[in-house]
Amino acid sequence: MNAVTGTGIGASVRRKEDYRFITGQGTYTDDINRPGQLHAYFVRSPHAFAKIKSIDTAAAKASAGVVAVFTGQELAADKVGGLICGWTVTGKDGTPHKAPPHPAIALDTARCVGDQVAVVIATTKEIARDAGEKIVVDYDVLQAVVDPVDTLKPNAPQLHAEAPGNLCYDWEFGDRASTDAGFAKAAHVVKLDLINNRLSPNPMEPRVAIGEHDRATDTTTCYSTSQNPHVLRLILCAFIFGLPEHKVRVVAPDVGGGFGSKIFCYAEEVVCVWASRKLNKPVKWTSDRSEAFLTDAHGRDHVTHAELALDKDGKFLALKCSTIANMGAYLSTFASCVPSYLYALLLAGQYTTPAIYAEVKAVFTNTTPVDAYRGAGRPEATYVVERLVEVAARQLNMDPAEIRKKNFIAPDAFPYQTPVAVAYDSGQYELSMNEALKMVDYKGFAGRRAESEKRGMLRGIGFAAYIEACGIAPSAVVGSLGAGVGLWESASVRFNPTGSVSVFTGSHSHGQGHETTFAQVVSEKMGVPIEQIDIVHGDTQRIPMGMGTYGSRSLAVGGSAIVKACDKLIAKGKKIAAHLMEAAVDDVEFDAGMFKVAGTDKSVPIGQVCFTAYVPHNYPADLEPGFEENAFYDPSNFTYPAGTHIAEVEVDPGSGHVTIAKWVAVDDFGNVINPMVVEGQVHGGVAQGVGQAMLEGVVYDKASGQLLTGSFMDYTMPRADDLPNFDVGMTHTPCPHNPLGVKGCGEAGAIAAPAALMNAITDALGVEIDMPATPEKVWRAAQGKVRALAAE
Amino acid sequence: MYAFNYHKPKSLADAQALVAKFPDGKILAGGHTLIPTLKQRLAQPTDLIDIGGLAELKGITVSGSTVSIGAGTKHGEVADSADVKKAIPALAALAALIGDRQVRNKGTMGGSLANNDPAADYPGAILGLGATVHTTKRAIKADDFLKGMFETALDEGEIITKVEFPVPKRAAYEKFRNPASRYVMVGAFVAETASGIRVAITGAGPTAYRWADAEKALGAKFAVASVEKLVHTSNGLNADIHASAEYRAHLITVMTKRAVAGAGG
Ligand SMILES: Cc1cc2nc3c(=O)[nH]c(=O)nc-3n(C[C@H](O)[C@H](O)[C@H](O)COP(=O)(O)OP(=O)(O)OC[C@H]3O[C@@H](n4cnc5c(N)ncnc54)[C@H](O)[C@@H]3O)c2cc1C
Repeated sequence: MNAVTGTGIGASVRRKEDYRFITGQGTYTDDINRPGQLHAYFVRSPHAFAKIKSIDTAAAKASAGVVAVFTGQELAADKVGGLICGWTVTGKDGTPHKAPPHPAIALDTARCVGDQVAVVIATTKEIARDAGEKIVVDYDVLQAVVDPVDTLKPNAPQLHAEAPGNLCYDWEFGDRASTDAGFAKAAHVVKLDLINNRLSPNPMEPRVAIGEHDRATDTTTCYSTSQNPHVLRLILCAFIFGLPEHKVRVVAPDVGGGFGSKIFCYAEEVVCVWASRKLNKPVKWTSDRSEAFLTDAHGRDHVTHAELALDKDGKFLALKCSTIANMGAYLSTFASCVPSYLYALLLAGQYTTPAIYAEVKAVFTNTTPVDAYRGAGRPEATYVVERLVEVAARQLNMDPAEIRKKNFIAPDAFPYQTPVAVAYDSGQYELSMNEALKMVDYKGFAGRRAESEKRGMLRGIGFAAYIEACGIAPSAVVGSLGAGVGLWESASVRFNPTGSVSVFTGSHSHGQGHETTFAQVVSEKMGVPIEQIDIVHGDTQRIPMGMGTYGSRSLAVGGSAIVKACDKLIAKGKKIAAHLMEAAVDDVEFDAGMFKVAGTDKSVPIGQVCFTAYVPHNYPADLEPGFEENAFYDPSNFTYPAGTHIAEVEVDPGSGHVTIAKWVAVDDFGNVINPMVVEGQVHGGVAQGVGQAMLEGVVYDKASGQLLTGSFMDYTMPRADDLPNFDVGMTHTPCPHNPLGVKGCGEAGAIAAPAALMNAITDALGVEIDMPATPEKVWRAAQGKVRALAAE
Repeated sequence: MYAFNYHKPKSLADAQALVAKFPDGKILAGGHTLIPTLKQRLAQPTDLIDIGGLAELKGITVSGSTVSIGAGTKHGEVADSADVKKAIPALAALAALIGDRQVRNKGTMGGSLANNDPAADYPGAILGLGATVHTTKRAIKADDFLKGMFETALDEGEIITKVEFPVPKRAAYEKFRNPASRYVMVGAFVAETASGIRVAITGAGPTAYRWADAEKALGAKFAVASVEKLVHTSNGLNADIHASAEYRAHLITVMTKRAVAGAGG
């Protein structure tokens, strides 16, 4: 840690942003109100699938306070482009995925409950909503399909003419022949059918969009709860409106959580921006929680059959899996890459499995679009691998820790080329697992189980040795896989004349604590205390460029860009310092905020160098004034955080209630900037993973396509008392290819937890069940076990 | 929310007058059922008559073998009351299981009973203890008060004023919470009262009801063994995405057994 500031790398500094959040002084998008602002209310389809025969807006338009009512026809007449998918996945047959038109307001067909059908714009929100209720839509209701398996059946309702059979793509990855060969010589084959349940992201803050047009400068501003304002601007300009980017500004101020759901460009942003230009008035829309359940892109929703081939000693020979992934009614912004590249490329897990083959069918159904949600593809992969491995241990009567250790990639095997394209950079998988085994007191488990059984309870233990690919991502690599964007990050580090620092980052903080962590990086590099450093983000007018925050990329990619900019400043500072100290530039060293002449006691502090750069009275002749540098960083590889989580549960077979007795997480995120922030990310991630495994699950009524979990009365969010005390440990294997040696920590918990918890619950039950392990499901499964115990 | 007129009467008599004056109005107590309903535009009362501040509806008194609780008493006040804890600890414990702290600091006993949500806790308590619901018009025995899903014996405009609970010899309540809403999925209130054993089941059916088989078995012997083998029918029980009727039927036995154990049986 930086001895001078005490706020550098490795310090558990309290989060700078928390004071304003905790005292209710954050500025969220809904806190922004523009002069003359109007309010938008969306009329949404109450049907999952329906032809829109006619829309009568006359009564709504005639209502006092209503400024305008628009339907899809007006947007189409103005040539407003539809919502796009920014990643093209190419199927087995060489054809690109089907991305059917996705108008911001439905034209003639509504394809899911909540699909936009019309918008009312009025002087208040209540007037808009009242008028919305006066709009009469004549629907021809069609039979809907919500299940990803059902939608592929020959007689299934067809959602899009462009996607015959409701198929978005049929994609494969890996080597089928070598995988088949592995299975042919296997001593054991483990087979598993798995459902990865659909999740509603539920960030604390619902989405908000405000469009505002300034006629004087012909500039349009979109205030939005976005996780990546620059990409939103790019989509709005290049694909939706055909506007030049310098005339469009996206501002995403304090954002209250996203978990992926705020990466995407949504219909409401498009409509508010368009309407504000059309009406020359600011137009605001704030989602309520009911709308959030219906319209925020959901996560996961896979149906998978997976098989693992093993030799007689439990060594993995090959893995194959076949997955149907539900895309919902339309293809959301990055939906296509989630169940393909972000999934199949992680199927090697932490193991030396030499042959892997995956095929994925992405399908359309009459449900809310599905896209990236905390972990995006990697929790699905970890769930497949770690459930298979655990079941293999059970079937082969091997210890679940031992079977994993037997197959781990050895620490000296890095960089390690997997059979699924990615090359892992560094890792010490057994080290993390051993630490976790120690922390959980694995040896004592048998005794704890016996003690539980004495009380009529069932006890189980479950592992997840997960891996993820983070720090998304080398631009050339993702480009070759179909991405429509580069995934670098940019930073600008500006020393102000009196020595304080403004850092402009293209990463976006919506709960991650960048204002603290990034400041610590700069504090460490430049020897300035963090109180003197402000992190500026979330405004395309202030930040040079950005690719946003998702895929645990902010520190690994955005932080690296900041380091690069700092390095440029140090290089420049050395020239200024050399001039001031009348020394050769090569003799100047920089450490802890001081420029020194090597081997002498001559030094100048960075504050003086900075001041000199702005008041260059005594200054190198060939040097530009100013103390500000800009940098872009494009990573050369993904980073590969990994670790072992162990869950221990006690199941009450009488009621089906599951208590999590222990949770041990030993993660390897490489170097850690702020251990407290990292631990918080682990806690939050595990909480969401626990939610997926035993609490959460979006349910649609199969017959009507209605969303049955449309509020917190029916959608079970994890609460504090559902969770155990977390024992968080860490190992540190630095990332070898970024300057901070960091790997990313935001998604790990959500990736590891579902598999660990389901392995524990099914260990207790002795029966395989799917997520979410609700009390009734657990109770039903426990009946067999109770009978078996009674017979003993 | 649709627009409405808001009234804050100063006395119960004023409240009654307002209720009579506005036939399409509604009483507002803690608002923790009514306000969410209004926000979702599922109700459109012309007027809200806020009885939240009425001193006449507040307070907990214990006299002899009766605990009397004003209809405006908040769940949290019941949960924290030293008197209730002493006289009927099971009732205080039940109140402490309602919702979360915010809900308990706003929601009232009168509001909960008037609403008679099938997944509410208090209906189990009034039925299990054989309480009497007092209104602006009359006194109604618990056995006659709960009429069906969201239905009570209350007439239009009739206001609950207080509930009188006879102090039982012993009693306990066990609740299996709906994992999402934390309302009752199955609750069992078991009491040994002066007039015999009462077992009230809430959350499982359209409204709380007494489980005759369990009452009979416990009447013979107040012990866990008397109920643990009882099988409750799943006919007529609620079924939803959280629990089938069959699972609820099973939980009824489990919760009843636990309540008996909790009451020292
Ligand atoms: C998040 C949440 C969780 C909850 N969890 C639980 C739970 O676990 N268990 C549970 O039992 N309940 C639960 N509730 C409901 C809560 O207990 C409510 O407070 C209660 O059901 C209604 O009481 P209230 O005073 O808020 O009534 P209000 O919402 O003000 O009124 C409800 C209805 O009763 C009528 N009313 C009110 N007072 C009277 C009166 N004195 N006489 C006649 N009619 C009257 C009103 O006109 C209205 O129709 C929960 C509520 C929320 C919001």
